[in-house]
Amino acid sequence: MGKPVSIVVAFVLALSITACGSYGASDDAPAGNVASRSSEPSSFPVAVEGTSGQVTIDERPERIVSLSPTATEDLFAIGAGEQVIAVDDQSNFPPEAPATELSGFEPNVEAIAGFEPDLVVFATDPGDLGSSLEGLGITALQLDAAPTLEVAYEQIEQLGLATGHADEAQALVEDMRSEIEGLANTADPASGTSFYYELDDTFYSVTSKTFIGQLFALLGLENIADEAGKGGGGYPQLSAEYILASDPDLIFLADTKCCGQSLETIAQRPGWDELSAVTRGHVVPLDDDIASRWGPRIVDLLRQISEAAASAEASSA
Amino acid sequence: MSRPDAADRRVSAGTRATVIGVALLVVAVLVGLLVGPVRIGAANVLRWFFSFGDRPPGMSEQRALILADLRLPRVIVAGLVGASLAASGAAYQAVFRNPLADPYLLGAAAGAGLGATIAVAYGPSGALELTVPVAAFVGALVGVGLAYGLGRSTLGGRSTTSLVLAGVAVASFLTAVQTFLQQQRSETLRQVYTWILGRLGTTGWDDVRLALPSVVLALATMWAVRRLLDVIEVGDVEAQSLGLHVARLRLVVVIAASLATAAAVAVAGLIGFVGLIIPHTVRLMVGGSYRSVLPLSVLFGASFLILVDTLARTVVAPAEIPIGVITAFIGAPFFIAVLRRNRRAA
Repeated sequence: MGKPVSIVVAFVLALSITACGSYGASDDAPAGNVASRSSEPSSFPVAVEGTSGQVTIDERPERIVSLSPTATEDLFAIGAGEQVIAVDDQSNFPPEAPATELSGFEPNVEAIAGFEPDLVVFATDPGDLGSSLEGLGITALQLDAAPTLEVAYEQIEQLGLATGHADEAQALVEDMRSEIEGLANTADPASGTSFYYELDDTFYSVTSKTFIGQLFALLGLENIADEAGKGGGGYPQLSAEYILASDPDLIFLADTKCCGQSLETIAQRPGWDELSAVTRGHVVPLDDDIASRWGPRIVDLLRQISEAAASAEASSA
Repeated sequence: MSRPDAADRRVSAGTRATVIGVALLVVAVLVGLLVGPVRIGAANVLRWFFSFGDRPPGMSEQRALILADLRLPRVIVAGLVGASLAASGAAYQAVFRNPLADPYLLGAAAGAGLGATIAVAYGPSGALELTVPVAAFVGALVGVGLAYGLGRSTLGGRSTTSLVLAGVAVASFLTAVQTFLQQQRSETLRQVYTWILGRLGTTGWDDVRLALPSVVLALATMWAVRRLLDVIEVGDVEAQSLGLHVARLRLVVVIAASLATAAAVAVAGLIGFVGLIIPHTVRLMVGGSYRSVLPLSVLFGASFLILVDTLARTVVAPAEIPIGVITAFIGAPFFIAVLRRNRRAA
């Protein structure tokens, strides 16, 4: 029952317009928490595009529950952090996000409703979460895993519209775009630097069809898993022989948290200590979380990849 | 005083099958070494093989590495696993007098699955390569132990039905615990799932060292009692009256088969159907006497799995198909064929 109070608060905030926090600082820009007060009360009601269609948001949400770690990062990056009252147990970034025991994989509608949210943002919908929430009169916005970079940008913009931070969202997207384009321009696709991206210790990898695969392709890197992905989906299980024979210039480990992999552990695999990436130390441990989300931190990820690629090229040149 | 013709025919059928089995095993091993996602010249492979691992001049060091550290141990493990599962299946079919008995009958699969899940969920994430096989091994033995303990306490271990039922009960319970654990820790789902499908993709010499002692011991035990399996197949009471200690034989077989199955499951995950297909196929060739069926199951089981594993890593190369998927594809139609054959015979 916080709606009357939140309308008053919004009105008061609208009266005391403060400058948008300077978001544009280069190095850790996407992670910044913007102290914006421009709530644009006239922008509501607004129609927002979610995964399952259009969602109408009648007034600026002040009690947002996020069950998607990516959405949490997006919300805080566009300045809607104060409107977020609860996030799921996997949303560990930014650290100030109000973590709870809510689960994004097995959502308990009652538990979510107990927070009395006016907007619930989620990524996966196992068993009609959306319709159950709508049935309780709670606005539900689904933004599932982005298949491309453009969709990831769009989701940020939609969240901006939904929370009354459209300007900050656009600014964030423009910054991300220009940074990523900048990184892509410095890349040299002709160098033919190859890489192996490891999802788990049984050699599951990703092809360039996947979101993360596309990011690598942007930087002109060659994915050894593309050979294997022809038949089916984007996540083939590679043969160890093939990895050894391909001798990739770079190895990216996305299984550092789940499976404890690192340069030391992979060097102990039979035959792996002879790989050039291992002997030259071009093994990049990625944060499992950053590598599996499609929020603002993909810029950090791309920067990390770009630096690794540059050093690999330098040492093989 | 000439021996009856039937015995002559039986003996020669057995000898013929043995020759075929050995030849097939040799062929399978060679195919397993020659074929793979990475092309290595056949001549070089053969030269490498017959010179006991010396790298022939035409072969790069990396190719030699692939042969020595990846393909050879993988072929050996596939052979050991295939032999274990086939022999265990045959042995269980004998002591339980049930043509549908397979190595996972007494809760071995469920126990191993639970062990693997516990290792993935609660074990140190960096040591999974060690903890999962060991946990699976222990889990399999615990599962069988529970089933045997439960089933034996009723009817003094003379009834096979109670053992089988106990196995079903234990398997259901352990699977339920495993499912619960997986739900609690959903981040373990993918790893346990790939393990359950059966895989040899990460096999190395460590797995050979892990599996070899148990498998050799178990197979030797089963081989030693193979003639007694013929006796017990007739019936418990009949066997008892012939002087056979039925409960003790059953215990010995269960221990040996479980040891072999546990070792197989520990290094390769859950590979189904091998323990069923191979003994039945062998029986079609040489009849039901375990004197031949057991050793032949070992030979054909090993060859079968080596060949299937080669298929698993070449069909969608350079990607791999989990080996359990292929055996299921082969197993299902095989089952239907056996069923129809039995129905026509009945």
